[in-house]
Amino acid sequence: MNEAVRTNFDIKDYLRLEMMPHFMCPGCGHGIALRCLLWAVHELGVDKNRLAVVSGIGCSGRVGAYIDANTFHTTHGRPLAFATGLKLARPDLTVVVITGDGDCLAIGGNHLIHACRRNLDITCLMLNNEVYGMTGGQVSPTTAIDRLTTTTPHGNAEPTFDACRLADAAGASFVGREVTRQAPALKSVIKAGLAHEGFAFIEVLSDCTEIYGRKNDLGESPEMILAQKSDMRPEAFGNAADEPFRPNRLRAGVLVQRDRPEYGRVYRERAAAERAKAKAKG
Amino acid sequence: MTPSLAALHGNRACALAAIAAGCRFFAGYPITPSSEIAEQLSRELPRVDGVFIQMEDEIGSLAAVIGASLGGVKVMTATSGPGFSLMQENLGYAAMTETPCVIVNVMRGGPSTGMPTRPSQGDIMQARWGTHGDHPIVVLAPASVQEIYDETIRAFNLAEEFRTPVIVAYDETIAHLLESVVIPQRRTVATVTRKFARGDEQGFQPYAETEDLVPPMARPGDGHRVHVTGLTHMADGFPTQKPDLAARATRRLLDKIEQNRDRIERTETFEVEDAEVLIVAVGIVARAARRAAQDLRSAGARAGLFRPVTLWPFPEQALIEAAAKARHVLVAEMNAGQLALEVERILGRGRVARLNRIDGEPIPPADIARSIREIAA
Repeated sequence: MNEAVRTNFDIKDYLRLEMMPHFMCPGCGHGIALRCLLWAVHELGVDKNRLAVVSGIGCSGRVGAYIDANTFHTTHGRPLAFATGLKLARPDLTVVVITGDGDCLAIGGNHLIHACRRNLDITCLMLNNEVYGMTGGQVSPTTAIDRLTTTTPHGNAEPTFDACRLADAAGASFVGREVTRQAPALKSVIKAGLAHEGFAFIEVLSDCTEIYGRKNDLGESPEMILAQKSDMRPEAFGNAADEPFRPNRLRAGVLVQRDRPEYGRVYRERAAAERAKAKAKG
Repeated sequence: MTPSLAALHGNRACALAAIAAGCRFFAGYPITPSSEIAEQLSRELPRVDGVFIQMEDEIGSLAAVIGASLGGVKVMTATSGPGFSLMQENLGYAAMTETPCVIVNVMRGGPSTGMPTRPSQGDIMQARWGTHGDHPIVVLAPASVQEIYDETIRAFNLAEEFRTPVIVAYDETIAHLLESVVIPQRRTVATVTRKFARGDEQGFQPYAETEDLVPPMARPGDGHRVHVTGLTHMADGFPTQKPDLAARATRRLLDKIEQNRDRIERTETFEVEDAEVLIVAVGIVARAARRAAQDLRSAGARAGLFRPVTLWPFPEQALIEAAAKARHVLVAEMNAGQLALEVERILGRGRVARLNRIDGEPIPPADIARSIREIAA
């Protein structure tokens, strides 16, 4: 692809238009995340035929179906494990995982930490809307303290997960975070994650207006998106549980980038060496 | 070139057969008494440009296996009871998305952690009904190390031909039994590879109702760009909740196996033609049962053996034929009575007796012969 094509991004080139209208609620931030992913894909010139999008269950899990690529809607919490097999078997594919805060941090938490540790070349977008949207608004591992959900009727009393710190601690070679409010910035982080050889974890701060914002008086979508700027929710994303609350310290952008060997490459090199040794022995 | 003869234990034979069948991806998690399969394949797969990975649990193992199969590769995992329980959700996903895969379940004593190093046949019903919803399944139950080799290859071929998960279930005894095995020359092994979608990228329907009920599979990179989902889906691969379409989709899944029973079912019989007493047993118990039948014959009793090699779909018609003259049928199994449920369903409860053992010990021939004498008396 030439540079002109790459800058001339038209989302329609990457969508299954026959699937429209989409099923996302008015005001949901997931569409922005989808747009930014496809924008990054376009700018990097990734071939749609070699793009594999693996998703789990929940609102985030349904996003992949709109992408005109090889899309796999798998089981709850397991997209990283499915993607691990796919990427090892087919290193020629660009493998993207779209997951959510419940999918990735609760039921799928074990797969996340091992994906970070293993460092296969997979880009993982975790769309964090702080709630289980698909099932009707239950508390999630990233729901902020005191928030009302359908299973925390007296306010959430559980501390929240900082997914980026978790990924960092588990050894992810790339950790990024961005808000849906700043689409160009989000696109840039995703692009950097896709270009990174190794496991890239990207937390996308999305919003759920319909059943989370409304229940907590956070306003309509514009208010919720504007609130991303003033860091009204840093306790969910910026600070570890043992640190004092620090407003306006939510960090976004590329947070971590380490030079670590990509696991698939390491495995294939060792296997090739083993075969060469066997051949030499006759 | 002649075939070679090797002394192998069951798990080793399983791993070598997988390689011969074309398996190029294995993901698993250590569990007694199946771990030798993973260990062997961690050595074998890199030699044939395949991939082995030890995952973080059995859920992830089957997920990775299905992911690799969706990439177009022949795949396998191996586990035992507790791990097999953890695989059930993704087993249903493989059935629903029609993703070929082989799952080896080396059965040990249960329930729960049970007796990890003791044999059992406690997963006969879990293998059939472990995952939720109406789903097709193929389960093969070898009874010797040679048969583990042969049936593992057949498992890959059936998985690929019918785009379905296939389970190979055998107990700990055969897994660790050392027997001589005839290893055929690699190029004489008949292997089947799934039909891949070719051409017609625009109008391609990944779950079309083809005449053989097994639609060709799209391989990423070939241009078809399909959607795969565990949700009930239409011919185009996208979800539906329309009653007529949902019923048709599920019906085709079931029919795909049901209508190909003759290609899938395999049984072994011993002296059933005139048998007045028929023993029904699978796996290692069937070997004891064969000996018991021989001993009973020597003593003048007309005893025979019916052994389903394909456990599911259960070879119903073959059982009816084998039991045609039998006044008594004894189902011997290393569980509290699972195979018996199916035999009773087919033959009626009147003439079916049970012999069960749940103490982690195999059933010896003398116990089977004694049971026969008791029920015939």
